[in-house]
Parts: sequence; structure tokens; C-alpha cells
Amino acid sequence: MQVSQPSASEAMDPMVLIAALYVFALAAFLGYLVISRVPPLLHTPLMSATNAISGISLVGSLVIAGSYQFDYHKLIGGGSAAHASMATLMGFVAVFTATVNVVSGFGLTDRMLKMFRKEIKGKEAHK
Amino acid sequence: MDPATQAAQHFAQAPNYILEFTYLIASILFIFGLKGLSHPDTARRGMFLAEGGMAAAIIGTLFHHNIQFFGWIITGLILGSLVGAAFAIWVPMTAMPQRTALSHAFGAIAAALVGIAEFTMHAQTMSLFTRSALGLEVMLGSLTTTGSLIACGKLQGIIRGTPVQFKGQQYLNLLIFLSMAGCFGYSLYDPSATAFFYGMVALGFLFGIMLVIPIGSADMPVVMSLLNSYAGLSSAATGFVLGNNILIIAGTLDGFSGFILSILMCKAMNRSITNVLFGGFGAVHHAAGAGATGEMREISLDDAAVRLAYASKVVFVPGYGLATAQAQHAVRDLANALEDRGITVKYGIHPVAGRMPGHMNVLLAEANVPYGELYEMEQINPEFPTTDVAVVVGANDVVNPDARDNPNSPIAGMPIIEVDKAKSVIVLKRGQGRGFSGLENPLFFKPVTSMLYGDAKSTLAQLTQQVKNV
Repeated sequence: MQVSQPSASEAMDPMVLIAALYVFALAAFLGYLVISRVPPLLHTPLMSATNAISGISLVGSLVIAGSYQFDYHKLIGGGSAAHASMATLMGFVAVFTATVNVVSGFGLTDRMLKMFRKEIKGKEAHK
Repeated sequence: MDPATQAAQHFAQAPNYILEFTYLIASILFIFGLKGLSHPDTARRGMFLAEGGMAAAIIGTLFHHNIQFFGWIITGLILGSLVGAAFAIWVPMTAMPQRTALSHAFGAIAAALVGIAEFTMHAQTMSLFTRSALGLEVMLGSLTTTGSLIACGKLQGIIRGTPVQFKGQQYLNLLIFLSMAGCFGYSLYDPSATAFFYGMVALGFLFGIMLVIPIGSADMPVVMSLLNSYAGLSSAATGFVLGNNILIIAGTLDGFSGFILSILMCKAMNRSITNVLFGGFGAVHHAAGAGATGEMREISLDDAAVRLAYASKVVFVPGYGLATAQAQHAVRDLANALEDRGITVKYGIHPVAGRMPGHMNVLLAEANVPYGELYEMEQINPEFPTTDVAVVVGANDVVNPDARDNPNSPIAGMPIIEVDKAKSVIVLKRGQGRGFSGLENPLFFKPVTSMLYGDAKSTLAQLTQQVKNV
């Protein structure tokens, strides 16, 4: 059994890499099928929703912001000793921006979708 | 290895299986969420599924075995949620384009920072493939960050919306791009040469700025979609770097959504993506814009109101001017007054009307227009011969008949909303000047067309009053 390294990046052996490329190709195909069915009516909510969903990069930011000990003195000291603290800070900013995207993305999408109504005064909808 | 250690290791890895499974469920929920968007009735339910998937993935990640320090994480999550909630509650619908541009920038900077942090910690131990993915992630992330910020600034009016162009610009951009690619290549070859990596990041930021400043406001829908695509693809590249499937899936979905939208927007303008990015729209116009001559006929409010009140079918065609004048509610009020008289009212929406895909639909939905009255270009065009009055509100290029009739026009071949085939056209316009594109519009000189000058919002309000009094 492989011993897990204390690193955020899992080692990419060739089989894992190929599996990842499969995932990419299938997600691209599925994305094409699903998204080309979204009517122009909902293109703004679509953009907002996919934005929120890609805020899933938050999971990567979380691991980086939480993996290393932050040490102010080492950060100021510079050099390679500062790397871990720098990574924590960068992870923190990434957690912040990704969270903003997730919360505002889903919030605004819902606010927009609530406004799309079929009927207001018993008029027929097209199609 | 003794059994006790093995068991301990097995236990240490056990949470990873749970986490991977959570990610799988979340990915499936994301796809169902996007599938829901194929119809307005199912869209909200779909989004709830996606939100559930997101919550599960985030909470699951908090139990990741590498996470040992929670201070920065909790602070980031709380601050981010507060700012995000403020956006979600207070951003007005008219400001959706700039908020979307800003969120592309936020998503891209997150991806870029994760990449840079990974590079500083693990560059020496990464495989060549991982480093390539990381380089792509950071390049796309950094250029999307600055590019989106410029787009946001232009849309918000902080930066002038007119294209910034100068001699040799394309060569300069090419030079920047090649230097960036060169730095990328060298840092692949020698990961210990960190100066090249950071040089690539800096050039990426610069390239993003250079890419968006020459693009005019009218081309924003394409640029927004492209930046959306880049932000998504940089997330997907993050997934390859971290070996994380949910990042690959969500990033790819976002990237492809942006890509599909870019293609749709380009089709709706009959232009290629390279033409939008490098063609320098706006520059050509002044040379080829002559040709429309004649007299514009002005119509008085009273006459316009009478014409509307005695019509049997009216089609509104909104453009970006509707958003700038915040006139969506005023249009709806007028439409209500007309419908009360038994007049059929429809709305014709061009795919690139406004500053982002679907912009007009959202504004009109906000004003309580039922979506059954919102018609796409292909659906509404056959209806104009039976339309008594077409009312153009703040739209210009998307109703310019030159695109159809004049092969020498800069917008030749762009599909338009054919209001000039209606029995009469009323154009609401701020003044006699040209629109954003700087292009002369022969529609304004046609015999069927009458011009009604003034601020769209107050003009529409007065029209509504007059129609009620007829």
C-alpha cells in the first residue's frame, strides 16, 4: 500500500493520469450535451451557475490553506523557509475568492431564476 | 510491515474513500443541476441539487487528512460568505455583466494562486505532465484575472468602453504571448529556474490586460463567454495538478459552457473568435459607415401613443440602452397598458443584445414579463409582416438592415431582428448621434421608421400615460 505523503498534490502515475484524461473527455462531452440544451432565455443564469459550480476549486484552496503551519517570522525572513507561510496566505486568498464565487453565484442564480415566470395574467405561453 | 502499522495506515486513508465518494455524488449533482437549466420550470430545483453537492464537497474536504490548521480556512470561508452574500443580495440586475466579469476574475485568481502555491511547495517532485498542467493553470488563471478585471472596469464605466488601439499592437501582443510561452517552456525544462515561472505569471497578467483593452463594449458578450471558458479550463487544469476529479469535471463543465456560449455569440454576430479578439472592431466603422442618407422623421409623443393604442400587435425590441436607462419596468408598464386594450405584445430578443448572453431576458424577467412573451430572433422575425408597431428601445446594431442588405458593411452577414419589415417602427433613442458601434443605421432613415428622442425611461412612462388616456 502506498504511504500517503504530507503533500496536497497526489503523485500522478500513468494510470491515474489516463483515468483523469478519461474524466476530462467524458465531462467535456457531457457538458456539451447538457449545455447546448439550455435555451438563450437562461444564458445569464447559466453563466452565473457554472461560475458558482467552478467555485469547487475551493476544495483545492482549502487543502492548501490548511496544510502548512503559518509562521509570520519565517514569512518575513524570506527564502525557502517562507514558502509554507506564503502558500498558506495564497491558499487563504483563494479560499476567500472561491467562496465569494460559490455564495454569490448560487445566490444570484436563484434570484434570477425566481423571476422567470410562465404566466402573469392567464396569458398563453409560446410553444 | 507489521499488521498494526498496516491497519493504522488503512485507517488513515479511509476518510479519502469517503471523500472521493462525496466528490462523485457532488459531480453527479452538478450535472443534474445544469440539466435543470434546460427549462425555466426545472431550473431552480436543479440549482438546489447543485448547491447540495457543493455543500457536501466543501464539508467533506474539511475532513481531508492534510488539513491541520483551520484558522485561515475559517476566516476565508466566513469573509468570502459575507462578501458573496452581499453581492447576491444587493447587485442590481442591470449590473449582472460586470458582476459576472468580476466573478470570472475571482475564479481565475483562485486557480492561479493554488497553482503558484503548489509550485512553491512541490515543483521539484512533480512529474513533467503535472508541471505542464500547472503551467497552463497558472497562465490561464493569471491572464483571465486581469482580462476580467479590465472587462469589469469597462462595463462598470471605470475604464472607458471604447477600444484602446495603437500601431503595432498586434505585434506587441504576439511578443508578450511568445515570451510567456517561452518562460512556460523553460520552466518545464528546468523547474528550479523559478524566475522563469514567476516571469510567466507576470507576463500572463500583462497579456490579460492587452487582450481585453482593444475590445469594444459591443463585443462584450463574446469576451465574457471566452473569459468564462478560460476560468473554467484553469479550474480543470487545477484538477489535473491536484489529481482531483471533481475539479476536472466542474472546471470542464464551466469551460465548455463558456466555449459554447462564445460560439453562439460569434454566430449571432457573424464573426469568428479571432476576429473579435484581434480584428479591432470599431476601427473599421468610420471608413465604411457612409451610405445611409435621407431624413429621419421625428414623431411626437401623442402621435406615438395613438399609433400604439390602435395597433393590434406590438413587438418590443430591447438593446443595451434599456439597461443603461433602467427602463425595463417602464417597458413592462407600457406593455401592460397595451395588453389592457387587448393588444398582443411580444418581445424580440437578439442573442447579443446587451453586454452578456441572456442579459435582456433577465432584465425583462425582473420587470415581471412572463417568459412566454420573450421570443428569440428566429421565432420573432417571421412575425414582423403582421406587426403593426415595432418599438426599438435602446437597440442599434441588432436591428441594422445594412447587415442584411449591404455586403460592404462592417457588420454584413450578421443576423438581425428585422423590424424594418413591420408595418411601422418607432425607435426610442437618446439623441441623434450614432450608437456605441459608431455605425450609421439606415433603419432610422426608412419611410416606415419614426424617431422618438429622449430618455427611454421617462419617454416610456409618458407613453404609458398617453395610451391610458386615449
